Amino acid sequence: MKFRGHRVTSVLLFTGLALALQAQDGNKEHGQKEKESIYAELEKVPEKERQKSNPLTKDPEAVAAGKVLFEEHCEECHGSGALGSKKAPSLRVSEVQNAAPGAIFWILTNGVVRKKMPVWSKLPEPQRWQLVSYIKSLGIAEQPAPGDPPAKP
Amino acid sequence: MMPPTLAKSFHLLRVSIGTVLVSGFLSLLALVSLEAQENPYIVAYDHNLEEPGSLEVEYFSTFGTQRGGPGFHAFWGEFEYGATAWWTTEFYLDGQTTFDQSTLFTGFRWENRVRPLKREHLINPVLYVEFEDINEADKILKEIEGHDVEADQAVPNSISRQQVVREIELKLILSSNYKGWNFTENTLAVKNLSNQPWEFGYALGVSRPLAMKGAAHRCNFCPQHFIAGLEMYGGLGDRASFGLHDTSQYLAPGLVWNLPSGWTLRIEPTFGLNGNSHQFLLRWGVSYEISAFGRKVESLFKGRE
Repeated sequence: MKFRGHRVTSVLLFTGLALALQAQDGNKEHGQKEKESIYAELEKVPEKERQKSNPLTKDPEAVAAGKVLFEEHCEECHGSGALGSKKAPSLRVSEVQNAAPGAIFWILTNGVVRKKMPVWSKLPEPQRWQLVSYIKSLGIAEQPAPGDPPAKP
Repeated sequence: MMPPTLAKSFHLLRVSIGTVLVSGFLSLLALVSLEAQENPYIVAYDHNLEEPGSLEVEYFSTFGTQRGGPGFHAFWGEFEYGATAWWTTEFYLDGQTTFDQSTLFTGFRWENRVRPLKREHLINPVLYVEFEDINEADKILKEIEGHDVEADQAVPNSISRQQVVREIELKLILSSNYKGWNFTENTLAVKNLSNQPWEFGYALGVSRPLAMKGAAHRCNFCPQHFIAGLEMYGGLGDRASFGLHDTSQYLAPGLVWNLPSGWTLRIEPTFGLNGNSHQFLLRWGVSYEISAFGRKVESLFKGRE
Protein backbone atom coordinates (compact mmCIF):
# COMPACT_ATOMS: atom_id res chain seq x y z
CA MET A 1 0.00 0.00 0.00
CA LYS A 2 2.86 2.31 0.93
CA PHE A 3 4.70 1.45 -2.32
CA ARG A 4 1.56 2.25 -4.33
CA GLY A 5 1.26 5.67 -2.70
CA HIS A 6 4.83 6.58 -3.61
CA ARG A 7 4.27 5.39 -7.18
CA VAL A 8 1.20 7.63 -7.52
CA THR A 9 3.18 10.55 -6.08
CA SER A 10 6.05 9.98 -8.51
CA VAL A 11 3.70 9.81 -11.49
CA LEU A 12 2.00 13.06 -10.43
CA LEU A 13 5.29 14.92 -10.00
CA PHE A 14 6.70 13.60 -13.28
CA THR A 15 3.54 14.63 -15.14
CA GLY A 16 3.71 18.10 -13.64
CA LEU A 17 7.34 18.57 -14.61
CA ALA A 18 6.67 17.37 -18.15
CA LEU A 19 3.71 19.75 -18.51
CA ALA A 20 5.72 22.72 -17.21
CA LEU A 21 8.54 21.99 -19.67
CA GLN A 22 6.04 21.52 -22.49
CA ALA A 23 4.58 24.93 -21.70
CA GLN A 24 8.05 26.46 -21.97
CA ASP A 25 8.71 24.70 -25.31
CA GLY A 26 5.41 25.95 -26.64
CA ASN A 27 6.34 29.48 -25.68
CA LYS A 28 9.68 29.18 -27.48
CA GLU A 29 8.24 27.87 -30.74
CA HIS A 30 5.71 30.64 -31.02
CA GLY A 31 7.99 33.37 -29.68
CA GLN A 32 8.51 35.27 -32.94
CA LYS A 33 4.86 35.03 -33.99
CA GLU A 34 3.81 36.29 -30.58
CA LYS A 35 6.20 39.19 -30.82
CA GLU A 36 4.70 40.22 -34.14
CA SER A 37 1.10 39.79 -33.15
CA ILE A 38 1.45 41.43 -29.76
CA TYR A 39 1.28 44.88 -31.36
CA ALA A 40 -2.05 43.81 -32.86
CA GLU A 41 -3.41 43.59 -29.32
CA LEU A 42 -3.38 47.40 -29.22
CA GLU A 43 -5.97 47.37 -31.98
CA LYS A 44 -8.27 45.22 -29.85
CA VAL A 45 -8.52 47.70 -26.99
CA PRO A 46 -12.17 48.74 -26.46
CA GLU A 47 -12.87 52.26 -27.68
CA LYS A 48 -14.06 53.42 -24.27
CA GLU A 49 -10.77 52.38 -22.69
CA ARG A 50 -8.75 53.92 -25.51
CA GLN A 51 -10.40 57.28 -24.83
CA LYS A 52 -9.16 57.41 -21.26
CA SER A 53 -6.67 60.21 -20.76
CA ASN A 54 -3.59 60.04 -18.58
CA PRO A 55 -4.43 61.84 -15.29
CA LEU A 56 -0.71 62.39 -14.64
CA THR A 57 0.03 64.39 -17.78
CA LYS A 58 0.82 67.47 -15.71
CA ASP A 59 2.72 65.61 -13.01
CA PRO A 60 6.38 66.63 -13.43
CA GLU A 61 7.59 63.47 -11.70
CA ALA A 62 5.48 60.97 -13.64
CA VAL A 63 8.10 60.18 -16.29
CA ALA A 64 10.93 59.79 -13.76
CA ALA A 65 8.79 57.58 -11.53
CA GLY A 66 7.68 55.58 -14.56
CA LYS A 67 11.33 55.02 -15.49
CA VAL A 68 12.04 53.56 -12.04
CA LEU A 69 8.97 51.32 -12.28
CA PHE A 70 9.94 50.23 -15.79
CA GLU A 71 13.43 49.24 -14.61
CA GLU A 72 11.95 47.31 -11.68
CA HIS A 73 9.19 45.45 -13.51
CA CYS A 74 9.50 45.63 -17.30
CA GLU A 75 13.12 46.02 -18.38
CA GLU A 76 13.97 42.35 -17.95
CA CYS A 77 11.64 41.45 -20.84
CA HIS A 78 11.34 44.65 -22.89
CA GLY A 79 15.04 45.46 -22.64
CA SER A 80 16.99 48.54 -21.65
CA GLY A 81 15.30 51.70 -22.88
CA ALA A 82 12.31 49.54 -23.96
CA LEU A 83 14.17 48.59 -27.16
CA GLY A 84 13.02 44.98 -26.91
CA SER A 85 14.76 41.66 -26.30
CA LYS A 86 14.33 38.01 -27.20
CA LYS A 87 11.57 37.79 -24.60
CA ALA A 88 9.38 40.73 -25.54
CA PRO A 89 9.08 43.28 -28.33
CA SER A 90 10.35 46.85 -28.49
CA LEU A 91 8.03 49.55 -27.20
CA ARG A 92 9.86 52.16 -29.30
CA VAL A 93 7.95 51.36 -32.48
CA SER A 94 5.24 53.47 -34.04
CA GLU A 95 2.47 51.02 -33.10
CA VAL A 96 3.15 51.67 -29.42
CA GLN A 97 4.34 55.25 -29.53
CA ASN A 98 1.37 56.38 -31.64
CA ALA A 99 -1.12 54.38 -29.58
CA ALA A 100 -3.49 56.23 -27.28
CA PRO A 101 -2.31 56.36 -23.64
CA GLY A 102 -5.54 54.62 -22.66
CA ALA A 103 -4.70 51.70 -24.96
CA ILE A 104 -1.28 51.19 -23.35
CA PHE A 105 -2.85 51.49 -19.90
CA TRP A 106 -5.42 48.85 -20.87
CA ILE A 107 -2.71 46.44 -22.07
CA LEU A 108 -0.83 46.93 -18.78
CA THR A 109 -3.99 46.30 -16.79
CA ASN A 110 -5.15 43.23 -18.69
CA GLY A 111 -1.89 41.78 -19.94
CA VAL A 112 -1.82 39.49 -22.95
CA VAL A 113 -1.62 36.31 -20.92
CA ARG A 114 -1.82 33.92 -23.87
CA LYS A 115 1.27 35.67 -25.30
CA LYS A 116 3.35 35.78 -22.09
CA MET A 117 2.60 39.41 -21.17
CA PRO A 118 1.56 39.28 -17.50
CA VAL A 119 -1.33 41.19 -15.99
CA TRP A 120 -0.03 44.26 -14.12
CA SER A 121 -3.24 45.17 -12.33
CA LYS A 122 -1.39 44.43 -9.10
CA LEU A 123 0.33 47.78 -9.55
CA PRO A 124 -2.00 50.56 -8.38
CA GLU A 125 -3.54 52.67 -11.17
CA PRO A 126 -1.30 55.72 -10.60
CA GLN A 127 1.80 53.54 -11.04
CA ARG A 128 0.43 52.11 -14.28
CA TRP A 129 -0.18 55.67 -15.54
CA GLN A 130 3.38 56.58 -14.53
CA LEU A 131 4.57 53.68 -16.68
CA VAL A 132 2.45 54.96 -19.59
CA SER A 133 3.99 58.42 -19.15
CA TYR A 134 7.50 56.98 -19.32
CA ILE A 135 6.81 54.71 -22.31
CA LYS A 136 5.22 57.55 -24.27
CA SER A 137 8.14 59.85 -23.42
CA LEU A 138 10.64 57.55 -25.13
CA GLY A 139 9.59 58.16 -28.71
CA ILE A 140 10.19 55.99 -31.75
CA ALA A 141 13.66 54.47 -31.94
CA GLU A 142 15.51 55.11 -35.20
CA GLN A 143 16.70 51.50 -35.45
CA PRO A 144 14.62 48.62 -34.15
CA ALA A 145 16.41 46.22 -31.84
CA PRO A 146 17.81 43.06 -33.48
CA GLY A 147 15.19 40.35 -33.79
CA ASP A 148 12.28 42.78 -33.60
CA PRO A 149 9.79 43.09 -36.45
CA PRO A 150 10.29 46.27 -38.45
CA ALA A 151 8.07 49.18 -37.50
CA LYS A 152 5.15 49.80 -39.85
CA PRO A 153 4.98 53.29 -41.35
CA MET B 1 31.40 5.78 19.57
CA MET B 2 32.29 6.51 15.94
CA PRO B 3 35.90 5.83 14.83
CA PRO B 4 37.88 9.10 14.24
CA THR B 5 38.47 8.41 10.51
CA LEU B 6 34.76 7.82 9.91
CA ALA B 7 33.85 10.94 11.88
CA LYS B 8 36.33 12.95 9.78
CA SER B 9 34.78 11.56 6.59
CA PHE B 10 31.31 12.57 7.75
CA HIS B 11 32.60 16.03 8.62
CA LEU B 12 34.15 16.40 5.14
CA LEU B 13 30.93 15.18 3.54
CA ARG B 14 28.91 17.74 5.52
CA VAL B 15 31.35 20.53 4.56
CA SER B 16 31.16 19.47 0.87
CA ILE B 17 27.37 19.40 0.86
CA GLY B 18 27.31 22.77 2.61
CA THR B 19 29.73 24.24 0.07
CA VAL B 20 27.63 22.96 -2.84
CA LEU B 21 24.42 24.37 -1.31
CA VAL B 22 25.98 27.78 -0.57
CA SER B 23 27.54 27.91 -4.07
CA GLY B 24 24.22 27.00 -5.63
CA PHE B 25 22.42 29.69 -3.65
CA LEU B 26 25.01 32.34 -4.57
CA SER B 27 24.72 31.30 -8.25
CA LEU B 28 20.97 31.84 -8.01
CA LEU B 29 21.53 35.30 -6.56
CA ALA B 30 23.82 36.11 -9.47
CA LEU B 31 20.89 35.69 -11.86
CA VAL B 32 18.84 38.72 -12.72
CA SER B 33 16.29 39.66 -10.09
CA LEU B 34 13.40 42.06 -10.27
CA GLU B 35 11.16 43.56 -7.67
CA ALA B 36 8.27 41.31 -6.79
CA GLN B 37 4.93 42.91 -6.01
CA GLU B 38 3.61 40.49 -3.45
CA ASN B 39 0.60 40.94 -1.22
CA PRO B 40 1.07 40.33 2.52
CA TYR B 41 -1.10 37.21 2.64
CA ILE B 42 0.43 33.98 3.94
CA VAL B 43 -2.70 31.82 3.81
CA ALA B 44 -5.01 33.51 1.28
CA TYR B 45 -4.21 33.66 -2.44
CA ASP B 46 -5.01 36.45 -4.85
CA HIS B 47 -5.24 36.23 -8.65
CA ASN B 48 -1.79 37.66 -9.29
CA LEU B 49 0.34 34.83 -10.68
CA GLU B 50 4.10 34.54 -11.00
CA GLU B 51 5.58 36.21 -14.09
CA PRO B 52 6.36 33.64 -16.81
CA GLY B 53 9.84 32.14 -16.47
CA SER B 54 10.37 33.61 -12.97
CA LEU B 55 11.22 31.45 -9.99
CA GLU B 56 10.45 32.66 -6.49
CA VAL B 57 12.32 30.88 -3.72
CA GLU B 58 10.58 31.36 -0.38
CA TYR B 59 11.09 30.42 3.24
CA PHE B 60 8.27 30.76 5.76
CA SER B 61 8.19 30.21 9.48
CA THR B 62 5.40 29.86 12.03
CA PHE B 63 5.98 30.02 15.79
CA GLY B 64 2.97 28.68 17.62
CA THR B 65 1.77 28.55 21.19
CA GLN B 66 0.11 25.32 22.24
CA ARG B 67 -2.21 24.69 25.16
CA GLY B 68 -1.81 21.18 26.56
CA GLY B 69 1.61 20.71 24.99
CA PRO B 70 4.90 22.36 24.05
CA GLY B 71 5.06 25.23 21.55
CA PHE B 72 6.40 24.66 18.06
CA HIS B 73 8.24 26.20 15.16
CA ALA B 74 6.96 25.01 11.78
CA PHE B 75 8.77 26.00 8.59
CA TRP B 76 8.48 25.43 4.89
CA GLY B 77 10.38 26.15 1.70
CA GLU B 78 8.51 27.10 -1.42
CA PHE B 79 9.62 27.10 -5.05
CA GLU B 80 7.12 29.05 -7.12
CA TYR B 81 7.55 29.05 -10.87
CA GLY B 82 5.63 30.92 -13.55
CA ALA B 83 5.23 28.24 -16.24
CA THR B 84 3.15 30.65 -18.35
CA ALA B 85 1.38 33.96 -17.72
CA TRP B 86 -1.77 31.96 -16.82
CA TRP B 87 -0.24 28.99 -14.93
CA THR B 88 1.91 29.01 -11.79
CA THR B 89 3.23 25.82 -10.25
CA GLU B 90 4.69 25.49 -6.75
CA PHE B 91 6.58 22.87 -4.78
CA TYR B 92 6.73 22.93 -0.97
CA LEU B 93 8.89 21.13 1.56
CA ASP B 94 7.53 21.19 5.12
CA GLY B 95 9.14 20.62 8.50
CA GLN B 96 8.72 21.46 12.16
CA THR B 97 10.37 21.56 15.55
CA THR B 98 8.23 20.84 18.57
CA PHE B 99 10.08 22.20 21.59
CA ASP B 100 11.34 19.50 23.98
CA GLN B 101 10.51 16.84 21.37
CA SER B 102 12.14 16.70 17.95
CA THR B 103 12.70 18.34 14.57
CA LEU B 104 11.40 16.50 11.55
CA PHE B 105 10.61 16.72 7.86
CA THR B 106 6.85 16.39 7.51
CA GLY B 107 6.30 16.06 3.77
CA PHE B 108 5.84 17.89 0.50
CA ARG B 109 3.10 19.62 -1.46
CA TRP B 110 2.71 20.39 -5.13
CA GLU B 111 0.21 23.02 -6.14
CA ASN B 112 -0.95 24.57 -9.38
CA ARG B 113 -2.86 27.77 -10.00
CA VAL B 114 -4.52 28.44 -13.34
CA ARG B 115 -6.15 31.63 -14.49
CA PRO B 116 -9.00 30.66 -16.85
CA LEU B 117 -9.95 34.16 -18.07
CA LYS B 118 -7.70 36.07 -20.40
CA ARG B 119 -8.45 39.55 -19.18
CA GLU B 120 -8.80 41.45 -15.93
CA HIS B 121 -12.36 41.58 -14.59
CA LEU B 122 -14.02 43.04 -11.54
CA ILE B 123 -13.80 39.55 -9.99
CA ASN B 124 -11.04 37.31 -11.27
CA PRO B 125 -11.30 33.56 -10.71
CA VAL B 126 -8.25 31.33 -10.31
CA LEU B 127 -8.49 27.54 -10.07
CA TYR B 128 -6.17 25.85 -7.61
CA VAL B 129 -5.25 22.16 -7.33
CA GLU B 130 -2.82 20.79 -4.75
CA PHE B 131 -1.52 17.34 -3.92
CA GLU B 132 -0.14 16.83 -0.41
CA ASP B 133 1.96 13.96 0.86
CA ILE B 134 2.56 14.86 4.50
CA ASN B 135 2.23 13.28 7.92
CA GLU B 136 0.05 14.25 10.86
CA ALA B 137 3.03 15.99 12.51
CA ASP B 138 2.82 18.77 9.91
CA LYS B 139 2.14 22.08 11.69
CA ILE B 140 2.62 24.77 9.06
CA LEU B 141 -1.11 25.60 9.21
CA LYS B 142 -0.98 26.83 5.63
CA GLU B 143 -4.66 26.19 5.36
CA ILE B 144 -7.29 25.47 7.99
CA GLU B 145 -9.99 23.07 6.96
CA GLY B 146 -12.76 20.87 8.31
CA HIS B 147 -12.63 20.50 12.07
CA ASP B 148 -8.91 21.27 12.46
CA VAL B 149 -8.41 22.41 16.06
CA GLU B 150 -5.49 23.34 18.30
CA ALA B 151 -5.62 20.02 20.16
CA ASP B 152 -4.63 18.20 16.92
CA GLN B 153 -1.12 19.63 17.31
CA ALA B 154 -0.73 18.46 20.91
CA VAL B 155 -0.10 14.85 19.82
CA PRO B 156 3.61 14.01 20.34
CA ASN B 157 5.76 13.91 17.18
CA SER B 158 6.70 10.29 17.79
CA ILE B 159 3.04 9.29 17.31
CA SER B 160 1.76 11.85 14.82
CA ARG B 161 4.63 11.35 12.36
CA GLN B 162 3.55 7.75 11.77
CA GLN B 163 0.23 8.74 10.23
CA VAL B 164 0.70 9.57 6.53
CA VAL B 165 -1.82 11.93 4.93
CA ARG B 166 -2.31 12.13 1.19
CA GLU B 167 -4.81 14.78 0.15
CA ILE B 168 -6.10 16.56 -2.89
CA GLU B 169 -7.03 20.15 -2.21
CA LEU B 170 -9.15 22.28 -4.52
CA LYS B 171 -9.64 26.02 -4.22
CA LEU B 172 -11.67 28.60 -5.99
CA ILE B 173 -9.90 31.93 -5.66
CA LEU B 174 -11.96 35.03 -6.40
CA SER B 175 -9.91 38.20 -6.30
CA SER B 176 -10.27 41.86 -7.28
CA ASN B 177 -7.87 44.74 -7.65
CA TYR B 178 -9.77 47.98 -7.24
CA LYS B 179 -8.33 51.48 -6.74
CA GLY B 180 -5.11 50.02 -5.36
CA TRP B 181 -6.91 47.68 -2.96
CA ASN B 182 -6.91 43.93 -3.30
CA PHE B 183 -9.87 41.90 -2.07
CA THR B 184 -9.71 38.14 -2.19
CA GLU B 185 -11.89 35.23 -1.16
CA ASN B 186 -10.77 31.60 -1.23
CA THR B 187 -13.10 28.64 -0.81
CA LEU B 188 -11.37 25.32 -0.31
CA ALA B 189 -12.39 21.67 -0.40
CA VAL B 190 -9.99 18.95 0.72
CA LYS B 191 -10.25 15.21 0.15
CA ASN B 192 -8.09 12.81 2.09
CA LEU B 193 -7.46 9.99 -0.34
CA SER B 194 -7.92 7.34 2.35
CA ASN B 195 -11.70 7.40 2.34
CA GLN B 196 -12.30 10.46 4.55
CA PRO B 197 -15.15 12.90 3.91
CA TRP B 198 -14.62 16.15 2.01
CA GLU B 199 -13.55 18.97 4.33
CA PHE B 200 -14.11 22.66 3.73
CA GLY B 201 -12.52 25.95 4.66
CA TYR B 202 -12.18 29.57 3.61
CA ALA B 203 -9.77 32.48 3.61
CA LEU B 204 -10.51 36.17 3.12
CA GLY B 205 -7.98 38.92 2.53
CA VAL B 206 -7.77 42.66 1.96
CA SER B 207 -4.62 44.69 1.33
CA ARG B 208 -3.40 48.06 0.08
CA PRO B 209 0.01 49.63 -0.60
CA LEU B 210 1.02 52.46 1.73
CA ALA B 211 1.42 54.73 -1.32
CA MET B 212 -0.28 54.58 -4.69
CA LYS B 213 2.29 56.48 -6.73
CA GLY B 214 5.82 55.34 -7.37
CA ALA B 215 8.71 57.52 -6.25
CA ALA B 216 10.79 59.35 -8.85
CA HIS B 217 14.01 57.80 -7.54
CA ARG B 218 15.10 54.30 -6.60
CA CYS B 219 14.62 53.66 -2.91
CA ASN B 220 14.17 50.79 -0.52
CA PHE B 221 12.05 52.54 2.09
CA CYS B 222 9.57 54.35 -0.18
CA PRO B 223 6.02 53.68 1.01
CA GLN B 224 4.92 52.06 -2.27
CA HIS B 225 7.17 49.09 -1.41
CA PHE B 226 5.12 48.34 1.72
CA ILE B 227 1.70 46.70 1.51
CA ALA B 228 -0.45 46.26 4.61
CA GLY B 229 -3.24 43.76 4.80
CA LEU B 230 -5.54 41.67 6.89
CA GLU B 231 -6.59 38.08 6.41
CA MET B 232 -9.13 35.90 8.11
CA TYR B 233 -9.38 32.15 7.67
CA GLY B 234 -10.79 29.04 9.23
CA GLY B 235 -12.54 25.72 8.83
CA LEU B 236 -16.10 25.15 7.68
CA GLY B 237 -16.55 21.57 8.83
CA ASP B 238 -16.91 18.59 6.55
CA ARG B 239 -19.51 16.96 4.34
CA ALA B 240 -21.14 15.22 7.30
CA SER B 241 -21.22 18.28 9.59
CA PHE B 242 -20.89 21.51 7.66
CA GLY B 243 -20.65 24.77 9.62
CA LEU B 244 -18.55 26.71 12.09
CA HIS B 245 -19.02 24.48 15.14
CA ASP B 246 -15.85 22.71 16.33
CA THR B 247 -13.68 24.66 13.92
CA SER B 248 -10.76 27.03 14.45
CA GLN B 249 -10.79 30.60 13.16
CA TYR B 250 -7.98 33.14 12.83
CA LEU B 251 -7.47 36.85 12.18
CA ALA B 252 -4.08 38.05 10.98
CA PRO B 253 -2.88 41.57 10.17
CA GLY B 254 0.21 41.51 7.96
CA LEU B 255 2.82 43.67 6.31
CA VAL B 256 5.00 42.94 3.31
CA TRP B 257 8.09 44.83 2.17
CA ASN B 258 8.88 44.34 -1.53
CA LEU B 259 12.47 45.44 -2.04
CA PRO B 260 13.58 46.59 -5.50
CA SER B 261 16.46 44.07 -5.32
CA GLY B 262 14.00 41.17 -5.61
CA TRP B 263 13.78 40.34 -1.90
CA THR B 264 10.43 40.27 -0.13
CA LEU B 265 9.90 40.19 3.63
CA ARG B 266 6.57 39.39 5.29
CA ILE B 267 5.41 39.39 8.89
CA GLU B 268 2.00 38.38 10.19
CA PRO B 269 1.01 38.03 13.86
CA THR B 270 -2.02 35.76 13.98
CA PHE B 271 -4.70 35.61 16.64
CA GLY B 272 -7.09 32.76 17.35
CA LEU B 273 -10.72 33.86 17.42
CA ASN B 274 -12.22 30.99 19.41
CA GLY B 275 -11.32 28.37 21.98
CA ASN B 276 -10.43 25.76 19.32
CA SER B 277 -7.76 27.99 17.79
CA HIS B 278 -4.13 28.53 18.76
CA GLN B 279 -4.14 31.69 20.86
CA PHE B 280 -1.20 33.20 18.98
CA LEU B 281 0.94 32.38 15.95
CA LEU B 282 3.79 34.49 14.66
CA ARG B 283 4.40 34.00 10.97
CA TRP B 284 7.12 35.53 8.88
CA GLY B 285 8.68 34.81 5.52
CA VAL B 286 11.46 35.84 3.21
CA SER B 287 11.53 35.28 -0.53
CA TYR B 288 13.69 36.09 -3.51
CA GLU B 289 12.47 36.35 -7.06
CA ILE B 290 14.75 35.19 -9.86
CA SER B 291 13.62 36.55 -13.18
CA ALA B 292 14.22 34.60 -16.41
CA PHE B 293 15.10 31.48 -14.43
CA GLY B 294 13.53 29.21 -17.06
CA ARG B 295 15.65 30.80 -19.81
CA LYS B 296 18.85 30.39 -17.77
CA VAL B 297 18.11 26.71 -17.13
CA GLU B 298 17.23 26.20 -20.78
CA SER B 299 20.55 27.74 -21.86
CA LEU B 300 22.43 25.20 -19.74
CA PHE B 301 21.09 22.33 -21.84
CA LYS B 302 21.19 23.68 -25.37
CA GLY B 303 24.15 23.90 -27.71
CA ARG B 304 25.68 27.02 -29.10
CA GLU B 305 23.75 28.61 -31.95
